[in-house]
Amino acid sequence: MTASVAARPRKPGRTLQKREERDFWIAISPWFIGLLLFTGGPVIASLVFSFTDWTGLNLSGFIGLENYRVLLVEDLVFWETVYNTFYYTFGSVLLGTLGALFVALLLNQNLPGTYFLRLIYYLPSIASGVAISILWIWLFNPNVGLINFLLVKFLPIDSGPAWLSSQTWSKPALILKSTWGIGANMIIILAGLQGVPQSLYEAARIDGANVYDEFRHVTIPMLSPVLFFVIVISTINAFQILTDILVMTQGGPGTSTYMLVYYIYQNAFQYLKMGYASALAWILFTIILALTLLQLWGSRRWVYYEGET
Amino acid sequence: MAQMQETVDSGVIPVRPVTPWWQRASKRRILSMAIIYLLVLPGAVMFLIPLLWMLSTSLKESRQIFVNPPVWIPNPIVWRNFSEGWSAYLPFNTLFVNSTLITLNNIVGNLFSCCLAAFGFARLRARGRNVLFGLVLATMLLPNEVLIIPQYVLFTKITQFLKPWWDYYTPGGILWMRYLSWLPLMVPSWFGFPFFIFLLRQFFLTIPLDLDEAARLDGASSWRILMQILVPLTKPALATVVIFAFIGNWNNFLMPLIYIRAQKEQVLAVGLNQFRGQFGHVDFHYMMAVSLIVLIPVLLIFFFGQRIFVQGIALTGIKG
Repeated sequence: MTASVAARPRKPGRTLQKREERDFWIAISPWFIGLLLFTGGPVIASLVFSFTDWTGLNLSGFIGLENYRVLLVEDLVFWETVYNTFYYTFGSVLLGTLGALFVALLLNQNLPGTYFLRLIYYLPSIASGVAISILWIWLFNPNVGLINFLLVKFLPIDSGPAWLSSQTWSKPALILKSTWGIGANMIIILAGLQGVPQSLYEAARIDGANVYDEFRHVTIPMLSPVLFFVIVISTINAFQILTDILVMTQGGPGTSTYMLVYYIYQNAFQYLKMGYASALAWILFTIILALTLLQLWGSRRWVYYEGET
Repeated sequence: MAQMQETVDSGVIPVRPVTPWWQRASKRRILSMAIIYLLVLPGAVMFLIPLLWMLSTSLKESRQIFVNPPVWIPNPIVWRNFSEGWSAYLPFNTLFVNSTLITLNNIVGNLFSCCLAAFGFARLRARGRNVLFGLVLATMLLPNEVLIIPQYVLFTKITQFLKPWWDYYTPGGILWMRYLSWLPLMVPSWFGFPFFIFLLRQFFLTIPLDLDEAARLDGASSWRILMQILVPLTKPALATVVIFAFIGNWNNFLMPLIYIRAQKEQVLAVGLNQFRGQFGHVDFHYMMAVSLIVLIPVLLIFFFGQRIFVQGIALTGIKG
């Protein structure tokens, strides 16, 4: 290879390998400059900010761990947001994963119309953003919203919950909205189901397994890496809920839907407490990292990787 | 199943007449089909109802909105809700153009920078390549919130610094970047996006390396290999990036909310939320009409790109 290139008239000393290396650096240079400018620099800056009481206007200086101390010890709203965020994350990940698994198992059959049914279930997860949040405000309207109308019609109750106007029901409402978007998880799980070898089911059937046995001892172990992935990604996503809060509840009623990222947003861009908000962001990062590591550690008990014995 | 078990256990062919297997199978199949449809169809209806309700509300007269039981098919059908909602309160036409310009810029910027970086990581051998790729993965895991504040400070400083120059020399904007406040929304897309780099790299890796080497022997440069071999062979992956980038940018709410102040420079997502803030608890017919218009490009992309979507998401596992 080198020989044929060397046969061409080329600048002396510039071998193919060197050209490849030069091209590599040219190719990644936009990303690399961006990494230094928009990621690396900001990460360091953010860490530095978190040790200051900078408000965006004036900076009296370095205050050490004071922000972190205030957050963890004095700030009651912070602990409220932690509780709310965990509540929401747990609910939406649990319902989101189980719901997606259930629908995926049903739609994994090769029946007429399954393609369109998959599309229908998938559509809402794409249609996100402000427009959809506004739609859900309307659906959750306590008096004339569609959800309460259907609840009163099909359940033996006189009136539905006040949803977004109730301290008790605001978080369940947000969880309910999030389960409308299970389609993406469903597609991932479907892809995982297609990867389970049919021979395992046949073997199980010969051993006299019923549908439940097959599900418990073939489908779940073979699907467990995919389920694990879905749970980790959904947890990270749920933890960063923001648009719904900004559009639908603004943290209310009371502080019942104050979530961590919303609290960061508020501190940074409404109160201009940049230092405090940076400390919050690092605590959020620590929680997400810890949760992911915890899930990774827990996964050894239930996730089955085929390569391992 | 029981039948088979019996046969295996006793080791003899059962004597009593059994229904032929194809009839048994089809009956079982019909039963399981019925159960599946019974479970799946109501769910599908429930998943569609919110969007149908949106459409229905958007076509109603205002007095038909707050009635119980709700009216599904509006009478009369009020098409002018769309035009009135769109033009009555906010300059939605301008916001639409703004959203389109920013979104298109970011799609092209992401395609350019991420293709290049992915090409480097997948095809060009260099020292330190794996370490750098590790950085791509690491930055994928870093939550955005950590970066938003320092980036905000950085971009505010940059725009403050550039403002006099900008106002003096380019009051009409540079190319499609019409306003200085768009700089923080448009520029970063030209510097790569870790998730897309990762996705494209995975696709580039599936193309045999022999093709590159053959082309190199014929004297092709790296850039020709990228443009004439890899790009044509990975069109579905590029389409996935285009679709994800479109939806992500079209729906982007936080960035324009933070950076853009002037109404005429704003984008649709924020405009829609302002609209809600002003008229949110009364004019649901207008709100739904305008929301639906904002949603239409996303729905179109969905229907035309469904197969790519389903493929792309299965490969990468991350929502758009």
